[in-house]
Amino acid sequence: MGKTLSEKLWDDHVVRAGAGEPDLLYIDLHLCHEVTSPQAFEGLRIADRQLRRPDLTLATEDHNTPTINIDRPIADPVSRTQVETLRRNVAEFGVPIHSLGDRDQGIVHAIGPQLGLTQPGMTIVCGDSHTSTHGAFGALAFGIGTSEVEHVLATQTLQQARPKTMAVNINGDLPADVTAKDVVLALIAKVGTGGGQGYMAEYRGTTIEKMSMEGRMTICNMSIEWGAKAGMIAPDQTTFDYLLGRPHAPQGAEWDAAMAYWQTLHTDADAVFDVEVDIDAASLTPVVTWGTNPGQGVGLGESVPDPAEMTDEVARAAAERALEYMALTAGTPMREIKVDTVFLGSCTNGRIEDLRLAAGIIKGRKVADGVRLLVVPASARIRQQAMAEGLDQIFLDAGAEWREAGCSMCLGMNPDQLAPGERSASTSNRNFEGRQGKGGRTHLVSPAVAAATAITGHLSAPSDL
Amino acid sequence: MEKYISHTGIAVPLRRSNVDTDQIIPAVYLKRITRTGFEDGLFAAWRRDPEFVLNQPAYTAGSVLVAGPDFGTGSSREHAVWALQNYGFKVVIGSRFGDIFRGNSGKAGLLIATVDQDVVEKLWEFLEASPGVELTVDLPSRTITAGEQRFGFQIDDYTANRLLQGLDDIGSTLHHADEIAAFEAKRPGFKPTTLPMRVAD
Repeated sequence: MGKTLSEKLWDDHVVRAGAGEPDLLYIDLHLCHEVTSPQAFEGLRIADRQLRRPDLTLATEDHNTPTINIDRPIADPVSRTQVETLRRNVAEFGVPIHSLGDRDQGIVHAIGPQLGLTQPGMTIVCGDSHTSTHGAFGALAFGIGTSEVEHVLATQTLQQARPKTMAVNINGDLPADVTAKDVVLALIAKVGTGGGQGYMAEYRGTTIEKMSMEGRMTICNMSIEWGAKAGMIAPDQTTFDYLLGRPHAPQGAEWDAAMAYWQTLHTDADAVFDVEVDIDAASLTPVVTWGTNPGQGVGLGESVPDPAEMTDEVARAAAERALEYMALTAGTPMREIKVDTVFLGSCTNGRIEDLRLAAGIIKGRKVADGVRLLVVPASARIRQQAMAEGLDQIFLDAGAEWREAGCSMCLGMNPDQLAPGERSASTSNRNFEGRQGKGGRTHLVSPAVAAATAITGHLSAPSDL
Repeated sequence: MEKYISHTGIAVPLRRSNVDTDQIIPAVYLKRITRTGFEDGLFAAWRRDPEFVLNQPAYTAGSVLVAGPDFGTGSSREHAVWALQNYGFKVVIGSRFGDIFRGNSGKAGLLIATVDQDVVEKLWEFLEASPGVELTVDLPSRTITAGEQRFGFQIDDYTANRLLQGLDDIGSTLHHADEIAAFEAKRPGFKPTTLPMRVAD
């Protein structure tokens, strides 16, 4: 019997496999940031251990960093200490870093791909659950905790129990106004936040084959939001075209050798997945969330659901709590929900294609009165590219705020936060209670819906304009 | 890592599903560079509510958390585990857990005891009938004792053995340094390195 893509990737990285113990997997690339690494570096120091492979490790500053006045010292002393601690740690252990102000600084999951460090056939980890983003290139990529960060720093390996395999078959042409984000939100609404627990998922089908690398990254990014260990897509010509010529992509004979390997990275025709899920992309509409987990989503044309109609007791209790927190009434059409803030950014939807899409919708229009539109490119390089294309001016002319790169309001760790009771339409990945600021209320949306919503002031699709 | 054999302590019924790690500890509390001091951030938003279970005197000294399904989903922050431990929790009982949270707990020494949801419901009823009552969670026998009732729980053998012995993962992996080096020697030359650093222009 043949193997699935995820099984090939797994098997190619097993250093040792012993009975009754997890496999020891080799890690090809370890990305670090300021929030989940300080205790790991301290652990190395306490145990007097070396960092095994600084040349397979890369650090950046993203979670905690400001998106304005980045040339000045970070105002919050605790945030500043954390960033300075990262800089000290990487200097001590010889790890390369893209610091705030560097042209290649940005969200870890944006800079790996743009530098060409994210390649097919790799194992990639980071102390961040959205590491699954890199799976878009046909890599096995997943988020880890700080104890595991320390383990990778010390050994360049991880002890991992082998997950099961799942296919997510996505077929059909995307209708107008529907994006990769809507596909993944529809999937999560279908399978729930725990639907992927214990599985490595492979997204496949005609919709995926026609999708850009940016769209594929958006889908893989949100694998963790339905509980999957990892999400991935087989590399194809789209992947190879994206990689060719990037700073860390192989060159010359090495490119040819890499290509020969990369072209084997697909699920064999006779391989069998443990589970398969089907999504009919042609029937989708834009999806928006109404609740406080990413599985609580509906079509934009639908209404806030009524918990009383839910048969599952746990789902009903969760929906009741969510509606109370979100200050929503069952039966309210989603399009009538007004927002205070629109956040365009994050490792989910802060890439150049997302900014182009939103700018195309906003061009020549004005942000609605009383609405704040915050545009935060995922990386400094994306920001620079957007400015070269004049996108910043389109956003500024519409009345938006054009910020420096970072995680920003996705998790509200820096000053970019919702005030208590404020409501946002956000292109990020999590609508958890308080995620974007204490008491803030988040509706997850695509960049297209975000742009249209910024113009009308209530949840809208571009075709509503 | 501290060993876990058996623990008896006040158990806290947390009747909520999908308690993600942002609820366990919000991002603004993640700025410390130590592994301690995170107890203030534990369930920070909910602890402002006097009705919240941990604010009820019977449960304040709780050390066993009985959680709803899909506890610990979302962010990979191990600070969620540290916040629970710093507060005093030794065990979380539940029917389903986020993968990364479960892994982090095993590494940090917090026992994750998995049971069916109907056992969670029975435990909630037992605890709410006499607030402040203790549970015993015994790892060698993989049982939870609640008064006269006993329930089995699941945990994978490998994690159970590590907890019982308080083993350090890094130390055990470094015993295989030769195998790691042998694997490294066979890695293809086209795989990228981060050094020397390369930029687009």
